[in-house]
Amino acid sequence: MNEMAPISREERVEKLKGLGCSRKRVEDVRFTQGKGNYVDDLKLPGMLHGDFVRSPYAHARVKSVDKSAALALPGVVAVLTAEDLAPLNLHWMPTLAGDKQMVLADGKVLFQGQEVAFVVASDRYVAADAVDLVVVDYEELPVVTDPFKALQPDAPVLREDLQGRTSGAHGDRRHHNHIFLWEAGDKAATDEVIASADVVAEEMVYYHRTHPCPLETCGCVASMDTVNGKLTVHGTFQAPHVVRTVASLLSGIEEHKIRVISPDIGGGFGNKVGVYPGYVCSIVASIVTGRPVKWIEDRMENLTATAFARDYWMKGKIAATKDGRITGLSCHVTADHGAFDACADPSKFPAGFFHICTGSYDIPVAHVGVDGVYTNKAPGGVAYRCSFRVTEAAYFIERMIEVLAIELGMDAAELRAKNFIRKEQFPYHSALGWEYDSGDYHTAWDKALKAVGYADLRKEQAERVEAFRRGETRKLIGIGLTHFTEIVGAGPVKNCDILGMGMFDSCEIRIHPTGSAVARLGTISQGQGHATTFAQILASEIGLPADSITVEEGDTDTAPYGLGTYGSRSTPVAGAATAMAGRKIRAKAQMIAAYLLEVHDGDLEWDVDRFVVKGAPERFKTMKEIAFASYNQAIPGVEPGLEAVSYYDPPNMTYPFGAYVCVMEIDVDTGVHEIRQFYALDDCGTRINPMVIEGQVHGGLTEALAIAMGQEIAYDEIGNVKTGTLMDFFLPTAWETPHYTTDFTETPSPHHPIGAKGVGESPNVGGVPAFSNAVHDAFRPFGLRQSHMPHDHWRIWKIARDLGLHG
Amino acid sequence: MIPAAFEYHRPTDLQAALATLQEFGDEARVIAGGHSLVPMMKLRMATIGHLVDLRAIADLKGIRIDGAAVRIGAMVTQQELIADAALARAAPILRETALQIADPQVRAVGTIGGNVANGDPGNDMPALMQCLDASFSLVGPNGSRAVKAREFYEAAYVTAREDDEILVAIDFAAPGGGYAYEKQKRKIGDYATAAAAVTIRKDGTACSAASVAMTNLSDVPVWSKAAGDALVGSACGPADVGRAVAAALADIAPTADNRGPAEFKRHAAGVVIRRAIERAWSRA
Ligand SMILES: Cc1cc2nc3c(=O)[nH]c(=O)nc-3n(C[C@H](O)[C@H](O)[C@H](O)COP(=O)(O)OP(=O)(O)OC[C@H]3O[C@@H](n4cnc5c(N)ncnc54)[C@H](O)[C@@H]3O)c2cc1C
Repeated sequence: MNEMAPISREERVEKLKGLGCSRKRVEDVRFTQGKGNYVDDLKLPGMLHGDFVRSPYAHARVKSVDKSAALALPGVVAVLTAEDLAPLNLHWMPTLAGDKQMVLADGKVLFQGQEVAFVVASDRYVAADAVDLVVVDYEELPVVTDPFKALQPDAPVLREDLQGRTSGAHGDRRHHNHIFLWEAGDKAATDEVIASADVVAEEMVYYHRTHPCPLETCGCVASMDTVNGKLTVHGTFQAPHVVRTVASLLSGIEEHKIRVISPDIGGGFGNKVGVYPGYVCSIVASIVTGRPVKWIEDRMENLTATAFARDYWMKGKIAATKDGRITGLSCHVTADHGAFDACADPSKFPAGFFHICTGSYDIPVAHVGVDGVYTNKAPGGVAYRCSFRVTEAAYFIERMIEVLAIELGMDAAELRAKNFIRKEQFPYHSALGWEYDSGDYHTAWDKALKAVGYADLRKEQAERVEAFRRGETRKLIGIGLTHFTEIVGAGPVKNCDILGMGMFDSCEIRIHPTGSAVARLGTISQGQGHATTFAQILASEIGLPADSITVEEGDTDTAPYGLGTYGSRSTPVAGAATAMAGRKIRAKAQMIAAYLLEVHDGDLEWDVDRFVVKGAPERFKTMKEIAFASYNQAIPGVEPGLEAVSYYDPPNMTYPFGAYVCVMEIDVDTGVHEIRQFYALDDCGTRINPMVIEGQVHGGLTEALAIAMGQEIAYDEIGNVKTGTLMDFFLPTAWETPHYTTDFTETPSPHHPIGAKGVGESPNVGGVPAFSNAVHDAFRPFGLRQSHMPHDHWRIWKIARDLGLHG
Repeated sequence: MIPAAFEYHRPTDLQAALATLQEFGDEARVIAGGHSLVPMMKLRMATIGHLVDLRAIADLKGIRIDGAAVRIGAMVTQQELIADAALARAAPILRETALQIADPQVRAVGTIGGNVANGDPGNDMPALMQCLDASFSLVGPNGSRAVKAREFYEAAYVTAREDDEILVAIDFAAPGGGYAYEKQKRKIGDYATAAAAVTIRKDGTACSAASVAMTNLSDVPVWSKAAGDALVGSACGPADVGRAVAAALADIAPTADNRGPAEFKRHAAGVVIRRAIERAWSRA
């Protein structure tokens, strides 16, 4: 063996590619070569293909389903309907939100695109032809797509299965289309403050229905091995272990006989958290036929039938003193959940963490109430690139601040700074019950305003308004401000669970004799780059190079139990488990090193990649040497091998924050906008990989741009989806995407082992209000207070017209 | 998004293509780039028993420029229109328009023939062809004929072409002078919210000829004779342009869709037409 020349400490640190290193993403080698392995790439011998007959109606009785013509088509193996699933009690399934949902239409359909029958055929094309041959006799029923109309006394009854049930999983139901009322805060005190305040701004803020629209749609391959009784399901699952548990509970197959595998996933954004009828039908079909069954939805099915996001009508009141000190906040939400309550929130939080809606501000009293409502729309309400309902909350408070600034005649940047929670107030207890772990908002805000030259921007804007009034230009400038606070990393087992499963996460590490390692986690990357960044956490903890550490996720037969990846929880929870497991490795390594160096444990100190005898720097054992020793030496009192596992129950959530500024030019005649500048400062605590952070910020901002400026799931009055293809559903390309300037401050989380907070979703949470506020701000001088998203051309044009700017 | 089964034919000359169309009648349809037809088939809005691919027919390719006379084969792709240097000199408005169609992937395959034959009011080439007063050469079982672009479009997806005729080429005289194709759209790959093609010739300080046509503002492309007339003889000052815009707007009938209500489209059309005229005049 060639001993290398001794290298400096800095060189040793660099070699690890640990925390703080902009290490290139190891995943990209295969992704950029088209060598990823997605579920639709999987082809098993004898595999059958499933496809759905879906309802063209938003509300109808299903009088009969005639499958004879379909069954007669050569290659068709089976056509499943609710009647076939009923004996197995699988025609309905529980949702994550404590409701239940039809797997296949049981007597009626409740939204356009609802699954009515599942065709199984030898070939994908035959399956599609057979779908056309299934004859369904529908009787149309009155449709409600508006949650306010759904709550009127004479509104049609949507959920006949719940008739007469005056309470549900989250308390009382006061109307046949009402799901729950969920509240937080002190209503009486808030009402009192608002009633006696100097100034109260009141506004209805609507965050429209949209969709995560991952590039890869949802799908699975279910494969029942009839010989050994083992069910394997490959699928697009953001939480594979939860899927295994649910599959076991629903099917009665023991959990050790089920293996769930999430291969490469082409984006999830919350869309792939829930359990869909396609999974259940594929599993049943595989059990019945004894052959593997693949189901992959197409883009239209994805947009119309699998989980949507948002659709929150938020009525707010914000109270303040004359000089702009906020004294209270109230919010009532009418939440449109669609036909079934299939939100993917921790069980005890039917409105997610919406009560983070006091945002970055020190607001003494507050109250929120959220009414969940059924309508004839697709179920969902997932956290689209955000923690549970946090984007809605951030949008709400950041609009209310702007509206209050208008009411007070004050600059919105100044109003924010005046009300920020101050650095010395952390840990901060919010009026709605959260404990913010850390923050330094004023520093971030000042840095952001300085970076964009805020005062000059305002001057330029005022000059532009004058020029516009003189008829010299038809373009206005909008300056969109946002200071957001997120709540991510669900979460402490004491109050966070999904279907009873505590929201801890896990990491298991095995060090190989020659000093490389494999780490397996309970999370699953969908593009976030876990294989890159988790190896970096570990490299810094155990002193082996990140390049020598394989990170594996997504196979329930090998990975330790975890709750999956969504809500920016991977780094706060599984990342913490990784660090903790690494520390266990290091503790054992220290004992081995002490034995090898013939000193006491306490006489050693850790130095980058080795244990060194205190005061004798020439005496050390590297981690690589220790790893080998752990396998080849009999060390008294120490077991052979070097492995560790950690299940991490986080003591609190983490609270990333950021300051964003968007400068937009708007043509008042065409509604066309151009983003001239976008500055994004993120504070995600300790920065594991700055390049990955920047990539996450760019992606999140681009999804925010999409949502704010055009993306929506729109329905007409009879419940037809109007935006079911990418022609109408806005997915920005490089062309529409502006240049982003990223920046940061670093306020580590005090309770996280490495101080990291999570960043994947921040830019979407903060980006949406920044873009939207820019549009509003452009028209503020002409009297605009509130105009609902998405701000596509015609809606911007309408703002201008309604303000009389078209002459 | 899976089409129904179909038979695929790939003739290598026009006569064979026409014969296949004859043989299968209603069941057969020609396919060019497939970027309008295949999406309809995948949505099962079109079920076609026999697809007759025109790609292997050499006669349908090529751009020929002879003085002012321009002839473009039906199977010339939008990308080829963009890349052709001689065409860019003779009639630069084709390049300007083609660059605003869809995205590079679509343009690499979609053809000018498919774009004008399709009959979708959202297609950009038909209005341009009306602006240029192009004529379409059709060949059918009874020989060939030419139809003016201004007389070709009858309603959405309904054109003067008979089912058994194939569009072989497009002819027009390079207009000279100033030109502009101005298009407002929501994003790359989108059809127009409003678009206008304008050509203008200038004689001294006055406009000597002008042609104005519009995309996606009615169920067919709209050539506004009145708009052109309003400009001829004028110096294209703001009032003249205003009159032309008013005349053009009188000829359109936009309808509401996801891009917005008719009222908005009318307003946006006014801006788009004005900009097209101003840009064309500035280049005249
Ligand atoms: C994402 C996307 C975005 C798009 N955006 C735009 C846009 O912005 N502007 C725009 O103008 N277009 C747009 N298109 C349409 C695109 O330009 C098509 O390529 C074009 O409309 C049709 O040309 P094609 O060669 O693909 O024809 P095909 O799809 O093959 O054919 C279209 C129709 O014309 C008929 N046809 C084709 N060639 C002939 C012929 N020689 N003789 C007789 N009949 C014929 C076919 O039978 C068919 O009915 C878009 C398409 C996509 C997929």
